[in-house]
Amino acid sequence: MSHDAERHPLDLAGRVVDLVHRLGGPGAEAEVVVTRSELALTRFANSFVHQNVAESGVGVRLRLHADGRTAAGGGSVVTPDGLAALVERTLTAARLCPPDPAWPGLAPPVSVPAAPVWDEATAFAEPAERAERVRAFVAAVGGLEAAGYCRTAYRSAAFANSAGHSARGSTAEAAMDGIARAGGADGVARLCADRLADLDGAALGLRAAAKARAAVDPVELPPGRYEVVLEPAAVADLLHNLALWGFNGKRFAERQSFAEPGVVQFDPAVTLVDDPLGGSGLPFDAEGAGRRALTLVDAGTTVAVTHDRRSGAQAGAGSTGHAAPGAATFGPTPGNLRLTGPAGVAAAGDPGATRAAGAGPPVGPEPPVGPVLDAETAALVAGMDRGLLVSDLWYTRVLDTKRLVITGLTRNGVWLVEGGVPVRAVRDFRFTESYPRALGPGAVLGIGRRPVRQPDRVDGVWWDAPALRLAAWNFTGGASG
Amino acid sequence: MTGFDAASAAVQAALDAGARYADARVMHRRYESMSARNGDIEELTQDESLGLGVRALVGSSWGFHAVPELSDAAAHDAGRRAARIAAASARVPGPPIDLVPAEPTVASWASACEVDPLGVALSDKGDLLVGATATMAAHGADLAEGLYQVWDTTKWFVSSEGHRIDQHIRECGGGISATSIGDGETQRRSYPSYRGQYGTTGWELVTSLDLAAHAARIAEESRALLTAPQCPAGETDLILGGEQLALQIHESVGHAIELDRILGWEAAFAGTSWLDLAQLGSLRYGSELMNVVIDPTIPGALGSFGFDDEGSPAARRDAVREGRWVGVLAGRDSAAVAGLDHGGSVRADGWARLPMVRMTNVGLEPGPHTLDEIVAATDDGVLMDLNRSWSIDDKRLNFQFGCEVGWEIKNGRRGRMLRNPTYTGIGPLFWRSMDMLSSETVAWGTPNCGKGQPGQTGHTGHPAAPARFRNVRVGVRA
Repeated sequence: MSHDAERHPLDLAGRVVDLVHRLGGPGAEAEVVVTRSELALTRFANSFVHQNVAESGVGVRLRLHADGRTAAGGGSVVTPDGLAALVERTLTAARLCPPDPAWPGLAPPVSVPAAPVWDEATAFAEPAERAERVRAFVAAVGGLEAAGYCRTAYRSAAFANSAGHSARGSTAEAAMDGIARAGGADGVARLCADRLADLDGAALGLRAAAKARAAVDPVELPPGRYEVVLEPAAVADLLHNLALWGFNGKRFAERQSFAEPGVVQFDPAVTLVDDPLGGSGLPFDAEGAGRRALTLVDAGTTVAVTHDRRSGAQAGAGSTGHAAPGAATFGPTPGNLRLTGPAGVAAAGDPGATRAAGAGPPVGPEPPVGPVLDAETAALVAGMDRGLLVSDLWYTRVLDTKRLVITGLTRNGVWLVEGGVPVRAVRDFRFTESYPRALGPGAVLGIGRRPVRQPDRVDGVWWDAPALRLAAWNFTGGASG
Repeated sequence: MTGFDAASAAVQAALDAGARYADARVMHRRYESMSARNGDIEELTQDESLGLGVRALVGSSWGFHAVPELSDAAAHDAGRRAARIAAASARVPGPPIDLVPAEPTVASWASACEVDPLGVALSDKGDLLVGATATMAAHGADLAEGLYQVWDTTKWFVSSEGHRIDQHIRECGGGISATSIGDGETQRRSYPSYRGQYGTTGWELVTSLDLAAHAARIAEESRALLTAPQCPAGETDLILGGEQLALQIHESVGHAIELDRILGWEAAFAGTSWLDLAQLGSLRYGSELMNVVIDPTIPGALGSFGFDDEGSPAARRDAVREGRWVGVLAGRDSAAVAGLDHGGSVRADGWARLPMVRMTNVGLEPGPHTLDEIVAATDDGVLMDLNRSWSIDDKRLNFQFGCEVGWEIKNGRRGRMLRNPTYTGIGPLFWRSMDMLSSETVAWGTPNCGKGQPGQTGHTGHPAAPARFRNVRVGVRA
């Protein structure tokens, strides 16, 4: 890399702030985030690696406020000319914008939390290390077709603003997500971790294969409201949509969210915490605010939504450390939600006896037999007289934001449970359901003790999801329509 | 280094490191977006991105590496690393991979553009959005939103087979939306669609939309929808407006005919396809009115280009002819696996992403009717338009769409507005029920097609016109 490209992110960020002062005058306010990244993803399908990619990246984000007007810009060009061009065009854009009376000002120089430890071996993992986990997954499915990915991600970021605030941090993350395919039936195993070393391709492959074998020869059941046990992959979708549409401070301010702080909106068993430093994560947001654990739902009562400086000022609540590029339009959202049930209320499973649901069974001499592969899910299923065990949800989209009505499909395995025992595989359903209603008071019949970290589509976003038993889920169509 | 020089250096480095084929793309992209809300500018962003991505085939295994600079050292390093990644892929090897033959092409191409979108004054663009959103707010919208986006991309492509192609593609578009918030629900009306209309064209597209002229109407309609009757539940004849039909084509035809999905390469994420290659040429996909064409040569449509990201020239091909499935979207490697003779539909959404099979322009040829004729010929049904939600299963069979607005159709006349219209069905059964199709075709642009891991956002075009479908299930709700 060239000399400029090798500069430390904090050095580059400070340089952009200086450029804004020099070209825009001392009154120009600027905030800058510089991120360097090493992102790699090894993808497999039909039991071989078919796509294998890596990217060395650098990105600069600049937001500035001059003469009462605001504009933002960014890019990957970090040469001196490129940075100067970025500052000049963003200043020009700001001058041509209408006034921004709601500008919340810059973050003052305050300390941010210490960054969690990040794993260097994960950050700079070799392609052979990812391929080796894929090989283990493929071998473990025992002749079934396998597909999925193993990815590693490293980001080193720095923040600086013209109020004298600066911060820096680094993060590393690994994730593996795979399916095994048995005669048209798929089983899934998915896990996100701070260290690549904690991803066991063989264990995940065994889990996916056991689920797939248990999912063959499905029958079609009529649509209707069924009691369900949702496995962590499915619960992750609930958390994702609650975060995006419900706890988003901008949507809350616009009255597009269901969230009503101070109101009991969920079952008392539900506690939701956004915990960005619960894994390897950056300790500051795009405005330089510290990122900390934030309880959004406490034992069923909604207590907070997430804010950046703008939405926080409008709500009189202040930033919660959730600023991100584009948040002015899409809103500040949680990206690291953990669902837990209060101890002794609705927990299931013996944490000392088995691995958590979704983490993969321990590797032993005999292949595990699905579909229930862990004690936590087993305990939830055992309490269900008649209902469905659902592995995963797919293509979920919002029909109405206010009630958070979502339609989507089941995927990667559904089973009919009778008398606490899965009796046979079921074909996929379409559902149309209000997520807050499904988690509402009296609707949650059990929550697994230990959440399993599920990866999102982008690194740095994850969902700590336990298995979950719900009184009803509204299935509105079957595979035949 | 120039774009060609950097790409050539990367390709050579990959070959030197053991690749038997390599190609590289240098891309420079300027992106600008502005959003407004309730008469104020909400966000203005301008990005500039420059980098190089190189793809190496070692044996029958692929590797790809991307870097954000064009120095000689960086280009060589990227080529070497792509080859090393390909070698790692061989630890979990697959069947032999070949590429369908392609003529080495040296060419230059640029999209047509009358008014450079980045040359239009920001103040003029801001005034457009501020004015339209202020009008919507004044006419009852609780949330009045406007958006435009501009992409200005220059690409330099070099392959080890002798390709040397540069392209300059300008894309833009925009739209407005009005949301009214009632007791426990929201209603939205948009123009010309939720994110707007987009094309591979200049600012003349946005000017032609005349956003301001539609602002008051959609605001009033969004408020009126709050008290409109619910769309009834049951089976009925369904008339879809062209914008909604464009998304129906995208989801239930375009993705289904992607060859990588058909071959299982997307099984774990985007999914597979209900289509079986053994039935190519014989399977009945829809009614005889259904003629779907893959055509990246349509001037101004969002999925148009001169050459795809493997250097294959843009070419028009049939996907469905008189209801029969006859074609796929393919790349050079997937086509070779399937025994086909062409690629042509491989694209990457930036220098840092691997080129993969993507839709170009996939759309319906015009039918013999007009929307007025379709309505007049319908005794009892619902007309739905403008997409509000979309969901489809991983085989591209079972879909459910929600639209912004419905209208009751009784005895050949459009009646009262209906709120929360949804419809659901199974792809081939639905397409086989199409019995009337309008000639009023618009090439709708979809700038947000997600696919791939890491994720890529594709730009696709979908010529579509209003059509009627018989006995469709409507009114699904929680």
